[in-house]
Amino acid sequence: MRATFAKTLTEIACDDARVLLLTADLGYMALEPFAEAVPDQFINVGVAEQNMVGIATGLADGGFIPFLYSIAPFASLRPYEFIRNGPILHRLPVRIVGVGAGFEYGTAGPTHHGIDDAAALRPQPGLTIVTPADANQMRTALLATWDLDRPIYYRIGKEEKVFVPGLDGRFRLGRAEIVREGDDLAFVVMGALAPEVCAAAETLAGQGISATVAVVSAFNPSPIDDLARLAQAHRLLVSVEAQYIDGALGSLVAETIAEAGTATKLVRIGVRRPPQGRSGSQRFYHALHDLNQAAIVERVLSLVAREPV
Amino acid sequence: MTTSSETLRSVTGRRIREHVLRESRRANVGHIGSSLSIADILAALYGGILRIESPADPNRDRFVLSKGHAALALYAALSLRGWLDEGALATYCGDESLLGVHPESELPGVDFCTGSLGQGLPMATGAALAARKSGSRRRVFALISDAELNEGSTWEAVMFAAQHRLSNLYVFVDLNGQQALGHTRDVIAIENPVERFAAFGCDATEVDGHDVAAMTAAVASAEADPRPHVFVARTVFGRGVSYMNGQIKWHYWPMSDEEFAQAMREVSET
Repeated sequence: MRATFAKTLTEIACDDARVLLLTADLGYMALEPFAEAVPDQFINVGVAEQNMVGIATGLADGGFIPFLYSIAPFASLRPYEFIRNGPILHRLPVRIVGVGAGFEYGTAGPTHHGIDDAAALRPQPGLTIVTPADANQMRTALLATWDLDRPIYYRIGKEEKVFVPGLDGRFRLGRAEIVREGDDLAFVVMGALAPEVCAAAETLAGQGISATVAVVSAFNPSPIDDLARLAQAHRLLVSVEAQYIDGALGSLVAETIAEAGTATKLVRIGVRRPPQGRSGSQRFYHALHDLNQAAIVERVLSLVAREPV
Repeated sequence: MTTSSETLRSVTGRRIREHVLRESRRANVGHIGSSLSIADILAALYGGILRIESPADPNRDRFVLSKGHAALALYAALSLRGWLDEGALATYCGDESLLGVHPESELPGVDFCTGSLGQGLPMATGAALAARKSGSRRRVFALISDAELNEGSTWEAVMFAAQHRLSNLYVFVDLNGQQALGHTRDVIAIENPVERFAAFGCDATEVDGHDVAAMTAAVASAEADPRPHVFVARTVFGRGVSYMNGQIKWHYWPMSDEEFAQAMREVSET
């Protein structure tokens, strides 16, 4: 996804000199194609994320479209108030790119995990969040949004091989993309966990349980109407995200159900515990927090057994 | 349209102070001492240094008041410059007003919202970089407080500006020696500020922050230096009002009617 981002952004920047790429000294073996193609549009600001956002605010005020690159928590949480008082307050087209959504930086440990970025930023209505589910959608989403007249947080993955069957790169702001239809329940999934959820839906189908899978890849505007329709059409919704449970996708679904007044049961699957001091791969963390296919299937089966759908 | 010399001459520290006192009294709000300490710096900028004819001109110089809590002094300068009518000045701190305690970029002539310390200089640095990348000769002036030297982000911006030789960036440091809860020497002492900025790669000079001619000359003589420029402006907190000088209370405190009368008397006599 990251390589697709760099390639697509390079194409855009070659055609539009307003597009700049700033990095806080990260992006080794990722950003070189951009830096080589348009060196005058590439700046390493040093390890200074707050200043990077401040500089970008000044650049955007001067007519540029700066993209700011770092690892998700460094890009989003460290300069949070600079984002709030800079691009959001001034309504400027600054793009913050946080790489390593979820547990992608597994062995790097909790300092590097992107499990609270979307939750922390979603309450800012002036900031659009784009969190693609695979590389194809990354490209579509970037092409559709890079020149919007408001700030954007792109929450992207490193992995290029992630593939969501049925998504075909579709992306629309304010909409959920349905990649599978079923009657018994609807999964709502954010980001690169979508393939795990699709695989879980396939396994469940083999056991006679049919599931819709809706991929949510953007907030603000959020797909409120689509989620309300899913809630009306299903007795059970299951949200899945590599994110702390409060604030991001699961919260959005809960708020939508409550405000729509539908009698739908919601189960939120996400990260419910603080860091435990144990380290490992992304796969390890997904297993630890019940975010993998097997755990998702097991969870749904236990729900169905308890409460036939 | 060129700003008349009469208008430029009207932008004086005394007049800025009178507006500050009058509007603070009317709105019953503080931050008076901080506004008074920068009145002469703003008089130097808006009375001559800034190359500005209209807020709408994209190539006019930019000014970023990083110590946003002194916005009332900026509003006074904008008013004297003719960019803000006096009626607007009288809405200070009212409902639906564009003139809050901290400046908002909705107000013509204000480019950046400030108020959270340590954010103005990074934005000003970006604005200077934008000017250079656009091939514009516009300059960017920032006014920061000495308390903002506590903020790491200020130094991040200074290092970036020096690295990129942003010689179109002019930074005034209002060295009034005070911050919200005490004297800077007792909170985070900044010894030898000129040497510090020079060590960070800037063209740094000390100036008297109440001497308009000296500040104007300092900016003119700095122009040829290829580094970003820093003017460490020694100022007196509450300058012009004897009972406010050096008193921490006047960071926040509003004036009584008697205090206002005395302050106006003293300022008018200067």
